[in-house]
Amino acid sequence: MRQLSRRATLVLGAAGATLTVFGWGGRAQAGPKEAADQIAKFTGGKTAAQGKISIELPEIAENGNTVPLQVTVDLPMTADDYVSDVMVVSEGNPNPGVVTFHFSPMSGKAEAATRIRLAATQNIVVVAKTSKGEYFTGQKLVKVTIGGCGG
Amino acid sequence: MAEKPRLKIPKDAKKGELIEIKTLMPHIMETGQRKDKDGKTIPRKIINTFTCEFNGKSVFSANLDSAVAANPYMQFFAKVEESGTFKFSWTDDDGTVTTAEEKITVG
Repeated sequence: MRQLSRRATLVLGAAGATLTVFGWGGRAQAGPKEAADQIAKFTGGKTAAQGKISIELPEIAENGNTVPLQVTVDLPMTADDYVSDVMVVSEGNPNPGVVTFHFSPMSGKAEAATRIRLAATQNIVVVAKTSKGEYFTGQKLVKVTIGGCGG
Repeated sequence: MAEKPRLKIPKDAKKGELIEIKTLMPHIMETGQRKDKDGKTIPRKIINTFTCEFNGKSVFSANLDSAVAANPYMQFFAKVEESGTFKFSWTDDDGTVTTAEEKITVG
């Protein structure tokens, strides 16, 4: 068998590396950075305190096409002090935005549920805003067996 | 979209009671990420806004992104102090607005 010269090996190696980068990196994924940018836009750069938020998601989502999500913010809902907006952000979907809920004192309770799509195993981050301009945040890791963003 | 939304709301409630509302809108929620068999991207077509009003006042609303699953489901609460009508709306990317109403008796 013919031995590859050192130079040829290097060239092959470089070609392989290029293929890896361009071949597998084809689909853009929003990462934690995009998610953080989205959150910064929502909070206006303010830091959100950890806590007050519970996120219900399956630990392992077998089908990423429809994953039940429930968000509860444990804060009062009175006429002058209530949870006004709750944003849900994905760290591993093609787009970071998932859904934003808007509550009012008539909501009575800052809780909402829906069904979401998850492309891969990732963190789901929730940020809540109160009518007084305070921010709270929480996150949960969800493992996804089959991604749900088509393609 | 001629599809009819599905609503689940109690017919009557006590004054000040916290009631649970469930809604489901049949819709494909096309993400804009998928490609057809010719490799062309299928344009995004989703319900981007959901609103719920009671007697003309906003109770709950949501901005949806393409990460909301097909047939968007929304479950939330409302505190009712008087009899009246809940009005729901779903806004499609193409501008179509689907609405639905449901009455509740509070006594």
